[in-house]
Amino acid sequence: MSDATMVVAAGGAGSPSRLRAFLRRLRSGDEIAHLITLIFASAIFLITFLLVYELWRNSALSRHRFGLDFLFTRTWDPVFEHFGALPFVFGTVVTSALALLMAIPLGVGAAIFLAELAPSRISDAVTFCIELLAAVPSVIYGLLGIFVLVPILRTTVMPFLKATLGFLPLFQGPIYGVSLFAAGVVLAIMIIPFIISISREVLLAVPAEQREGALALGATKWESTWKVVVPYARVGIMGSILLALARALGETMAVTMVIGNDPKIAASLFAPGYSIAAVIANEFSEATSDLYIHALIELGLVLFLLTIILNGLARLLILATTRKATAHA
Amino acid sequence: MSFRTAWRKSVNAVMLSLTALCALLAVSLLLFILGYLVWYGGKSLSWAFFTQLPKPVGETGGGMANAIVGSGKLLLLAALVGVPIGFMAGVYLAEFGGPTVAFFIRYTTDLLNGVPSIVMGIFAFTIVVLPMKHFSALAGGLALGVMMIPIAVRSTEEFLRNVPQTLREGAMALGASKWKAVATVVVPAAARGILTGIILDLARVAGETAPLLFTAFGNRFWSSGWNQPTASLPVMIYTYAISPYDDWHRQAWAAGLVLLALVLLTNIGARYLLPKKAHVARG
Repeated sequence: MSDATMVVAAGGAGSPSRLRAFLRRLRSGDEIAHLITLIFASAIFLITFLLVYELWRNSALSRHRFGLDFLFTRTWDPVFEHFGALPFVFGTVVTSALALLMAIPLGVGAAIFLAELAPSRISDAVTFCIELLAAVPSVIYGLLGIFVLVPILRTTVMPFLKATLGFLPLFQGPIYGVSLFAAGVVLAIMIIPFIISISREVLLAVPAEQREGALALGATKWESTWKVVVPYARVGIMGSILLALARALGETMAVTMVIGNDPKIAASLFAPGYSIAAVIANEFSEATSDLYIHALIELGLVLFLLTIILNGLARLLILATTRKATAHA
Repeated sequence: MSFRTAWRKSVNAVMLSLTALCALLAVSLLLFILGYLVWYGGKSLSWAFFTQLPKPVGETGGGMANAIVGSGKLLLLAALVGVPIGFMAGVYLAEFGGPTVAFFIRYTTDLLNGVPSIVMGIFAFTIVVLPMKHFSALAGGLALGVMMIPIAVRSTEEFLRNVPQTLREGAMALGASKWKAVATVVVPAAARGILTGIILDLARVAGETAPLLFTAFGNRFWSSGWNQPTASLPVMIYTYAISPYDDWHRQAWAAGLVLLALVLLTNIGARYLLPKKAHVARG
């Protein structure tokens, strides 16, 4: 690319020299190599297009039968073939929101520690541990969820919440252990590493002058961090939270194993629920009729669109802050 | 010292310690996970786990030899799909791409990276399982392979960009054409990084369960070919963990330990293999 423009600049913009340059590169194999790598790169477009097309095509029966009502209907009845996504959308949204509620303070707090306070040796070591945490497969989180977390929640945490905050409808009703609450906790644990590592990077990108300015004005370390550095990095931190949210929405295994898999909409967090990803995982290989499969694929389409929108937004936000930081530096 | 200053100083101390506590909590999560898996998994791990087939329901003992081999087969298929596309696209982005096309490819790659794994499973289901009318290792391998692409592209591009510009110029000054410079100088210079990136990518998809549930499905015996339902470690962990049998729970822990050890050791190994992040010659 660049040598093409060089040649053109040197020999005037005449098309014969451009053609000659092209032929030279063709003979030397550059154009062919370019073309081959481009073909492989284009495969990414093709796969993405095919993914959307297949999801769209294979949900046609359900889309035509239920229309937009699909998203707002509470019944999920494979026997009478009446499918509504509302309980799953509800479960997905509630568990993800709960996870964010728990993960944001912890994640941002830890990121502040790693970016602003910790000596670089400790910060690097901890960050590596966080990266390892992010690499743990979700089925392992599910395994620990079933056998360790759910029993702890059932015997101690949930009775405690019920005794202290039981006047709220959120913490009422029988305690089974498997519940929206348990799914929220597992999700929180799973997304904390993402919030930490991206927020840390965003915080590190804040120019040092910002901190020095605040400190020079007499601010304490905390004041300079909380009132200057964090607001400066706010947009990027929002981005990390959106990325984590996208991950929580699409998370399948760990949620399936602890949410209780019951398509109900209950006010209590202690009640079992169901999520979009979980119902696909559980019922897909048992779905008998075409309409059933199409309804499940439409759920996949809904999930796909949700995560794509969130991801796009998150990347824009993160890009905006890191750009701003480098522009100032 | 005025009251106001004392107050500000104590807020400072309290909040800073709270952030340290957050970090400590996050790290202790890793220790908890490791501890539980080593404890429960270690108790149940035996030689038979690696060499025997699962026993029929009700009998104790047996192992997951078929799932270990199955996971290997799926990863091989995944690499066949993901590595060529990921590597070549990475080379395109780093060496040949013009600004517009490269932007769209990067954007699409990020988009693909954000697709939930269960949706990847649906994708492989619709293009392999539906036409062939049965579950197969091929479908599972395809799902995992597509999931590998985004990270493979990104790490290849990153490591190629870290190769100093002077190396390219040197090769071309010696008369090499651009592709020769890329193939014989630039790629070999970045080979270690690229390879490590790909191995990490493999370790990541090795733990994926959701995309395999209705593509590779599962199998309690050796699968007789690439075209048959195939067992894999993550799916075995899932089915065993949600089963009502104690012996199966023990095996799930053992399989969990094996999978976790595989993933974490790969990640730790990669940290030592990777060249120190050299942010030289970026422009």
